[in-house]
Amino acid sequence: MSATKLKEVDVVVVGSGVVGSIMSMELASAGMSVVCLERGKQFDIGTDFHAPNVYDELKFDRHSDIFQNLARDTLTFRNNGHEMALPMREMGAFKPGEMVGGTSAHWGANARRFLPHDFAMRSRIEERYGRAFIPEDCNLQNWGLDWDEIEPYYDQFENIFGVGGKAGNLEGVIQEGGNPYEGPRSREYPNPPTRQSYQGELFGKAARSLGYVPFQGPTAAMTQDFRNLYRVQMHQCINGGFCSSHVCSQGAKANPLTAVLPALMRLPNFELRPLCNVLRINKDSTGKKATGVTYIDARGNEVEQPASIVILGAYCFSNTRLLLLSGIGTPYDPSTGKGVVGRNYAYQQGGAVDIFFDDKEFNPFIGGGMVNTSIDEFNGDVIDRGPLGFIGGAYFDAVARGAAPIKGKPVPTGTPRWGGEWKQAVAHNYRRTMSIAMHATCLSYKQNYLDLDPTYKDAFGQPLLRMTFDWHANELRMMEYMNARCTEIARALGGSRLGGKSKGTKFSIVGYQSTHNVGGAVMGDDPSTSVVNKYLQSWDVSNLFVVGGSAFPQQPANGPTETIGMLACWAADAIKENYVRRPGSLV
Amino acid sequence: MSDNPIGASYVYLLEPEVRFLEAAVEHLIPTDDLGPGARDAGVVVYIDRQLAGSWGSHGRNYRQGPWMEGTPQQGYQSRFTPQEVYRIAIREIDQHCRSTFDRPFAQLTPDAQLSFLQALEKDAVALPSLSSKFFFDLLWRNTEEGFFSDPLYGGNRGMVGWKLLGFPGLPSSQYRELLTSHEPYYAEPVSVMDVQTGKAPVDAQGFPKHVLIKKGN
Repeated sequence: MSATKLKEVDVVVVGSGVVGSIMSMELASAGMSVVCLERGKQFDIGTDFHAPNVYDELKFDRHSDIFQNLARDTLTFRNNGHEMALPMREMGAFKPGEMVGGTSAHWGANARRFLPHDFAMRSRIEERYGRAFIPEDCNLQNWGLDWDEIEPYYDQFENIFGVGGKAGNLEGVIQEGGNPYEGPRSREYPNPPTRQSYQGELFGKAARSLGYVPFQGPTAAMTQDFRNLYRVQMHQCINGGFCSSHVCSQGAKANPLTAVLPALMRLPNFELRPLCNVLRINKDSTGKKATGVTYIDARGNEVEQPASIVILGAYCFSNTRLLLLSGIGTPYDPSTGKGVVGRNYAYQQGGAVDIFFDDKEFNPFIGGGMVNTSIDEFNGDVIDRGPLGFIGGAYFDAVARGAAPIKGKPVPTGTPRWGGEWKQAVAHNYRRTMSIAMHATCLSYKQNYLDLDPTYKDAFGQPLLRMTFDWHANELRMMEYMNARCTEIARALGGSRLGGKSKGTKFSIVGYQSTHNVGGAVMGDDPSTSVVNKYLQSWDVSNLFVVGGSAFPQQPANGPTETIGMLACWAADAIKENYVRRPGSLV
Repeated sequence: MSDNPIGASYVYLLEPEVRFLEAAVEHLIPTDDLGPGARDAGVVVYIDRQLAGSWGSHGRNYRQGPWMEGTPQQGYQSRFTPQEVYRIAIREIDQHCRSTFDRPFAQLTPDAQLSFLQALEKDAVALPSLSSKFFFDLLWRNTEEGFFSDPLYGGNRGMVGWKLLGFPGLPSSQYRELLTSHEPYYAEPVSVMDVQTGKAPVDAQGFPKHVLIKKGN
């Protein structure tokens, strides 16, 4: 069956999440004709996520139809190269989205910038501790970006997503109330910070008593009614819970549906095509130029969409897989260390310490909107890692999450898993518990990578992506240290008992942990260790841009979405300001 | 059906399966001074509806072979859907109980049922077709879901799960003002079902009007 070939457009964008929506908006606003292809359905907030049905933990958190449909396409997983990878048959450690709006439609609104340290981690660690301090099998590398050149794009993203917070560093001057360890900001956040919950207040006091500097960490849930850079109106969060995993019925959580699409859909030179599954990027006979993409449309027809510029703006897994399926870039080979596509896959470390009180009661169901009190002393390179013997860090926070009844009821360590004693424990503790969470870095290693699975196929007959991943000693040493510091703060809080969770020593795909999957098509300044240059432009195919978490060389502590949004703004600017004037390599 | 205290009817489950599940879930979340347990909360109805629906046939899960057991880190690798797991496991458990104790699980003494469930959890019961721990873990997961999810799905009848926790269900529009409060907030829980059926009035923004209650627990 031959594909229907459509008329050429200036830009075809794969994916309609943070990257796809913002890059479509920026490029269509600059006058380019843009087609955006999305594998998921188009939802309407007013009907699909309307009260009362939107307040349903089972529907959205457990049996969600806004997460990737694994019946069609999943990935396979193994801990190491000696095992046979098997498919992730049910949603587990992470939940990539599948809808217009992408994964960020159901994100938790944690809108933290990375630290300047994170972008130059290799250089900074070598300077301070020497080359030998970096584990031999660790592919730690710089991003090829300077803080000063990207800061305006963080600012731009924050003004699209209406981020609320308090600056801690304005042009180098430390500000009371903010995070003193953040990178210098050119101006304040567009919205005020969250107010402090009871839990946050207790955490803040305990942290201060130990010499740390607590602050209200940023959020992309509106802290006031806000009209953004694209003149789209968003509404103040009511802190009604049902936040992460859910699409906010109030339109209070910034995401492509609330912050970008209302403006984007009005542009006559933009077209969104939902329910279209991209199979590959097409190249010309030289292999150095992309001619467009081929996809299966909603009716099952194979369609070719020619374009002058192709933007892969999908999830980390899809970006990497589409490069492999299209034969663009050299696939990474762990036995030689050569090749780049699929290299430097990383995840997110972390854990939590739960504090159980007998003399205090909270309203744990009030929250959501990323209301958090945080400390950053253990992040970046604030404390000397030399004597500790690990690279990386974490921020800690106490979040008013809006604890939901199926998953949001921790019990003290030693409580039976079920039965009468368990029932008593959940009844006693649900309202008497708070948690301190640790969000930690994950470095990239030679043995952790993505490639195409040799056995399992998706519904279109194409190989699934295969993930080979496990935790390494550096991360486990780091978490041991972080757990000890977190437990000190927890003890200073004065609870009666402690509990908590860790990711264990072996990575498991069972049970939700984090949807912070990064790497596989990383950015950098060396084509032998990166897939894209500092402008997210393919080294091999200059009219292809691969943008998203896939570009992170390793995972910083702070959560990826804000930086994914920043990179979308940064890459869009490089295209419209430089590339269109002089097509070809931007470096 | 012998006794049917909650007047339930079933789409997928067969009578012996209902008997097994009513007995089993009551051990997982028992009736006690704090309130009803899983059986009276309608957890078996919840399980029935889930099995009959898309989740029961793994409608959104990857279903292609080859099928291999894999490592614990690789997760669900059974070629059985939840529908099949329940059907096969309960039949094999009752057969096991008949040959060992001369009667099906539901007719064992409560103490014997409890130790048998503990053995299932430890994977100490050899069933012909699947791991007993695999079945137990699925049963416990569904029991917890059924006890604490919206009554819309057939469990959490009378919102007993939410009352146990002091969870008010759907949020009130007052939560924003209450975010910084140190005062425990207690309200009669409101479910999706309550709003849909008009049992709980809502305000202009669509939030239920909470009826405050004196501190329980």
